Amino acid sequence: MKKLSARRRHPLAAVVVLLLALAATGGLYAAFAPAGKAQADDSAQSLTIQEGKKLYEVGCASCHGTGGQGSSDGPSLVGVGAAAVDFQVGTGRMPAATSQGAQVPRKKVVYNQTQIDQLAAYIASLGAGPNVPTKDQYGPGGADIAKGGELFRTNCAQCHNFTGKGGALTKGKFAPTLEGVDPKHIYEAMQTGPQNMPSFPDTTLSSKNKKDIIAYLHAVDSSDTTNPGGLELGGLGPVSEGLFAWIFGLGALIAVAVWVAARTAKAKKS
Amino acid sequence: MSSQDIPEENLPAEQDHARGAVGVADEVNPFADPGLPPHEHRIQDIDERAAKRSERAVALLFTVSMLATVGFIVSYVAIPHDKSIFVFPIGHLSALNFALGLTLGAALFCIGAGAVHWARTLMSDVEVADERHPIEAAPDVRAKVHADFRQGAAESVLGRRKLIRNTMFGALALVPLSGVMLLRDLGPLPGTSLRHTMWAKGKRLVNTNTNLPLRPEDVAVGSLTFAKPDGLEETSEDFQTEIAKAALMIVRLQPGNIKDKRELDWSHEGIVAFSKICTHVGCPISLYEQQTHHVLCPCHQSTFDLSDGARVIFGPAGHALPQLRIGVDSEGYLQALGDFEEPVGPAFWERG
Repeated sequence: MKKLSARRRHPLAAVVVLLLALAATGGLYAAFAPAGKAQADDSAQSLTIQEGKKLYEVGCASCHGTGGQGSSDGPSLVGVGAAAVDFQVGTGRMPAATSQGAQVPRKKVVYNQTQIDQLAAYIASLGAGPNVPTKDQYGPGGADIAKGGELFRTNCAQCHNFTGKGGALTKGKFAPTLEGVDPKHIYEAMQTGPQNMPSFPDTTLSSKNKKDIIAYLHAVDSSDTTNPGGLELGGLGPVSEGLFAWIFGLGALIAVAVWVAARTAKAKKS
Repeated sequence: MSSQDIPEENLPAEQDHARGAVGVADEVNPFADPGLPPHEHRIQDIDERAAKRSERAVALLFTVSMLATVGFIVSYVAIPHDKSIFVFPIGHLSALNFALGLTLGAALFCIGAGAVHWARTLMSDVEVADERHPIEAAPDVRAKVHADFRQGAAESVLGRRKLIRNTMFGALALVPLSGVMLLRDLGPLPGTSLRHTMWAKGKRLVNTNTNLPLRPEDVAVGSLTFAKPDGLEETSEDFQTEIAKAALMIVRLQPGNIKDKRELDWSHEGIVAFSKICTHVGCPISLYEQQTHHVLCPCHQSTFDLSDGARVIFGPAGHALPQLRIGVDSEGYLQALGDFEEPVGPAFWERG
């Protein structure tokens, strides 16, 4: 104590005291303030869940069961997480018109974003699952497009084609085109694996990897894309290109040959 | 061009008569040579002005071709490669590609079109009869060739100097062996390399996306992951050779959904690892439908049921996808418990 007292006039003493005071203030704030905020969040959150439950009972319960436990017409939603709801309802796939058919296609969105968030909050409350990603996770900032292309070709291109134009699967199922799909929904699809698409959870395809893939898709398959080759013929590769060459290329050659041979150069007196 | 363009006085009163030997069909020879049909003149044969027009048209086409070639060279030099233009039905495309294609196409097309027009309107189109002749040479020519050959053989003293003849035959017979010997470079024979992959007991399964070894808890039900053997880096000299055999597709099923007993035994808590190489012609196969557990090959639509030992349920593939037996090592990472039990990829002659 005597030692401390002896150094109280040291030039650095004021700095040390200031630092101690700051640390104490910060610590106290950390101890008390977030607790109050969390309580406020909780009540807002429970209100959102209430609203979501109401929407769920009207629009979803007939197929997915009154508590999300699923039925013969729809799978269980326990543990699918908010991201799955945001994807399925946000792309218009849900509510589906029928549980029959090969797969549920993308269509006009029925709910607004507030309602989707409420539904998502309710489903998330049924069991832990992936959350809706933030803009930081799927935005273009810091993404490596080349790496994204490599990852896309390894993990996604087998079904969605090299530039995300989509392709056929078995028995009428298909991988949809990724052109014009909201980056958030692409991220959620990778995370949750909707319908027959396998999921790519963060444990095997990191959040950064997903961001890279989304940046690659924007580079090759959006309105900003410049295509040096011109006519892409659907971007489906050799099938459509071959068909075009055989029908129009060869067709034009045959037509010219027929035209040349059909016209006689002889002069005829009429 | 129609006959309306020709001045009336330039038209012949009547076309030429038929020429050549004209036979008359009778009972002995019902298919007598009818001779050539009468030759009909073209406008250009009759009207010098029409011929001049044709000449100018051909020259114009050749000139356009020259200009197009100059245009090609100018485009190549002048247009930056990243410039983009909009062309109506095609859309946005590279200005350089478009200019090069257009000018080269025009240059080639104009040469062809000019040549066709020239041949059709200006080159002689008089029908010519070319009589058939026997292929056989005349007897005196044949006799001379035979005599020459015999004389040459005698002058070379081959018949007398047998040593020269025999050694020459030996040399000529041996010389092709050098070429045969070089065929050895097509080998060496694959040996047992088609039956083995890099997988071995204790090799960890490394995620191809993250390059990190996988743990069972990383692999969720319904997810799809691709793995390679630990120690195989993309910079390795034999990376392509090894990954072509060792590529692995990992999915997790509910253990209750696995119908095949061996598949269940070789899995770890429902995590199954199958070869990613189609057993038909070796395409990478990974169109996995997580609800049906079917895997579809994009090349020829072979379909495998991953919940039933990856047996073939559709398409031309002849074998189920080979499964890799996996477990967990002492540090909790997924590891192989051996190599594939059967050769991966397409069948081969000695596969059995």
